[in-house]
Amino acid sequence: MSVLQEINPNVRNLKHLEYVVLARRANQIKEELQQVLAACLDPTLVNSDKLPADARQRAQRLLGGCVGGSVGSYTATAGISEIVHRISEFITRRDGGVPSHPENIYISPGSQWALTNILKILVNSKSSSQTAVLTPLPSHSTTSLSITSLGAVAIPYNLSEEQGWALQMEELHRALEFAKGLYNPVALYVINPGNPSGHVQSRKSMQDVIRFVSEKRLFLLADEVYQDFVYGEHEFLSYKRVLAEMGPPLADTVELASFHSVSKGFMGEGGLRGGYVELVNVDPAVMKYIFKKFSMDACAPVLGQLALDLMLNPPQPGDPSYPLYNVETRNIKTAVANNVKRACEVVNSLPGFCCQPVQGGAFAFPRLYLPPKAIQKAKEMGMQPDTFYCLRLLEENGVFASPGCEYGQKEGTHHIRFCILTPEDTMEELLGRLTSFHTQFMKDFS
Amino acid sequence: MTENGVSPRAKVLTIDTMNPTVKKVEYAVRGPIVQRAVELERELSEGMKKPFAEVIKANIGDAHAMGQQPITFFRQVLALCSYPELLNDSTFPEDAKSRARRILQSCGGNSMGSYSASQGIDSVRQDVAGYIERRDGGVPCDPDDIYLTTGASDGIVTMLKLLVCGEDETRTGVMISIPQYPLYSAALAELGAVQINYYLNEEKCWSLDISELQRALDEARRHCNPRALCIINPGNPTGQVQSRECIEDVIRFAAKERLFLMADEVYQDNVYADGCHFHSFKKVLFEMGPEYSNTVELASFHSTSKCYMGECGFRGGYMEIINMDSEVKAQLTKLVSVRLCPPVPGQALMDLVVNPPQPGEPSYDNFIKERTATLNVLAEKAKLTEQVLNTVQGISCNPVQGAMYSFPCITIPEKAIKEATDNGQQPDMFYCMKMLEETGICLVPGSGFGQRDGTYHFRMTILPPTDKLKILLKKVKEFHQKFTEQYS
Repeated sequence: MSVLQEINPNVRNLKHLEYVVLARRANQIKEELQQVLAACLDPTLVNSDKLPADARQRAQRLLGGCVGGSVGSYTATAGISEIVHRISEFITRRDGGVPSHPENIYISPGSQWALTNILKILVNSKSSSQTAVLTPLPSHSTTSLSITSLGAVAIPYNLSEEQGWALQMEELHRALEFAKGLYNPVALYVINPGNPSGHVQSRKSMQDVIRFVSEKRLFLLADEVYQDFVYGEHEFLSYKRVLAEMGPPLADTVELASFHSVSKGFMGEGGLRGGYVELVNVDPAVMKYIFKKFSMDACAPVLGQLALDLMLNPPQPGDPSYPLYNVETRNIKTAVANNVKRACEVVNSLPGFCCQPVQGGAFAFPRLYLPPKAIQKAKEMGMQPDTFYCLRLLEENGVFASPGCEYGQKEGTHHIRFCILTPEDTMEELLGRLTSFHTQFMKDFS
Repeated sequence: MTENGVSPRAKVLTIDTMNPTVKKVEYAVRGPIVQRAVELERELSEGMKKPFAEVIKANIGDAHAMGQQPITFFRQVLALCSYPELLNDSTFPEDAKSRARRILQSCGGNSMGSYSASQGIDSVRQDVAGYIERRDGGVPCDPDDIYLTTGASDGIVTMLKLLVCGEDETRTGVMISIPQYPLYSAALAELGAVQINYYLNEEKCWSLDISELQRALDEARRHCNPRALCIINPGNPTGQVQSRECIEDVIRFAAKERLFLMADEVYQDNVYADGCHFHSFKKVLFEMGPEYSNTVELASFHSTSKCYMGECGFRGGYMEIINMDSEVKAQLTKLVSVRLCPPVPGQALMDLVVNPPQPGEPSYDNFIKERTATLNVLAEKAKLTEQVLNTVQGISCNPVQGAMYSFPCITIPEKAIKEATDNGQQPDMFYCMKMLEETGICLVPGSGFGQRDGTYHFRMTILPPTDKLKILLKKVKEFHQKFTEQYS
């Protein structure tokens, strides 16, 4: 829950604050998901003509994988077997042929759930020194909250704003040395593309990280939920792929958990709670306990599993729905790329505002250079300066942005985060309002 | 040694470096016997010859898996929510459509695909509060006390997380019934909490004796800090339905001993035996007057997985929190935010469960018909199971007053006990494994739930369709007789 929601009761009533997904407009893949799920929920629709034939067929096939033909049954712990297999096929396709094994995949109610389960295995509550996990700064608070709620400590490594929020190896080394002195560091958490940073790691950077975790004996946690959103000439490479392509011994030894989800990407079906983790090079003896841990949760919600299946198996060339799907996906990508361009242009044209290039992900995270008077005013009101800015922005211009203090930032710096996955006209509207607010605000506090 | 003569590198994450508490986790309902059952299913499908034609999974409380039909109205509304175009279709009844519209309006972007607030959709929590008030004869319920969860299990584990702290003698102890649903023991093991067993009385139909609670508590106080008391009503695996007096006694006990009460009430509609009624802990607490209702801390849990709905795959549930310290409640709210939000279809389904068709509405008659039929069939199967199992020499089954399981006591011959122990197996696991291999019937051994030393049980669901259940019971009878002979 955003800090703003705690402060302003009206904000609590605002629905759907965090994320307005571009794909929430009617589009082909969204509609197909809706149709398939409807038929799975009410199987009388499978035999009626209210829905297109391919949606009905898909529903029938999926229901065949459900025990008793019902989405109301429990599934196997790791998920419906056919779906888990198709996830591994998706991963192999995505990673240019790098093999993926279904036994290493668990579907969960969202990626954070799986991350918490894996962290639970990693965090040694009985050890004499507290378990530590290295996490990026800035980062979404959910990750550090998961870590601390398990009794471990999140050790930040600072991303370098001047280098477009890149991960710096010297910073990783520094953070680890710091952690070693006081705690028992066991894992490194990375999120690529970044949230809120919008940074997309280069292959070289990822290779450096892999060498680092290997040398320093850390488990690598790779959060890749924004993998469908990369812009410009940037390319998403999965940690699994980069690792595999580095060859042995690293490829056979570095222990990795990669996370993905239906909540982001083109589907944006966060409410269905569908995600998965793929485990690489994990000790088979430990895998037994990972199974036990997941089995306590029974299984992921079936509709979330179905949505995951649909997301990872979109229409392929040759399918009747492919042309329309292709056009729509391209349009979305173009629109978002345009949003990114416009957001950076506009923000960078405003004095007191500076945005690093948004290479990927769902957000822009520009830096605010607030006048001393504004900082003073915020202090008097008992809130962080960027919180004060965001609250004013919301109350006066109806734009929701979350303050940088929620993500962590270098002392004395301020930022805001806003979503760029909106329809283009919404983006223009947002930028227009942000411009007029910002200009006025800077004037008022000059 | 690898090919080039280098010693293979030790892994970072091994069973020695991993969280030691997770190693203690056992969850029998999805444990080794089920894994073997899945293997057998695979072998059967590959054409391997077996002494049976199919594997029957009578281990898990999954009604739809065993052929129980979903409630038509619920699925219609959910289909409409999923694909709102269908709101234009004349074959869907108007009341389903108006429910769907209401649910969609309360979802961000009018879509079940949007994240909801972490505590759950406001209007659903309000409807849950309304249901609780009606169910409990007017006892007020504050929607702010309602947390929607990913199945009841999620709520239970979250509460336990909040409750467990301390070290050594101050380590939190949690009282759980023996036998119990193994989520509790697994969660306590994982949290490194102290499990405090109180034994239900098998001779008295699995009733709860306060003297036994006291014994367990007094003993536990010597080595830990008991803080919570968990009770499952109707019971799992035992099926007993607590009397009102018993519930009052438990509340008085919790008040006197300052224990946080956790009332797992997911089977609240599954009450079959004559003279048995479901009394919610909340209702009884409030009817005991302010001395108790203002002080006793209580969390009650419900779910969409059981009762007449059987919608396990939706992972829908809620918990109601009573008299929790406001600062702790703030921490609870923060804790649930780590999950982001519970599955929205599950929330929508819970909304329908607490807000079903009303008299006069188009779907009412059919809804009542379906619900009554489902519950009646379960009641018949509960009775049938008890009857048949009690005709078997060496099997003794208490009346299945509620829930979805029978938990009969079985006599295992000494020879079998010895063979099991020699193989490092619990005797009832040995028995159940043999049954699985010979009949294809998958049950869960009583050792997975806890039982008095020297006694053995199995848990079998009453869920298979009646004719299949009859065959199942016959096969269990035959197996038991054969097994007893074989090891006599």
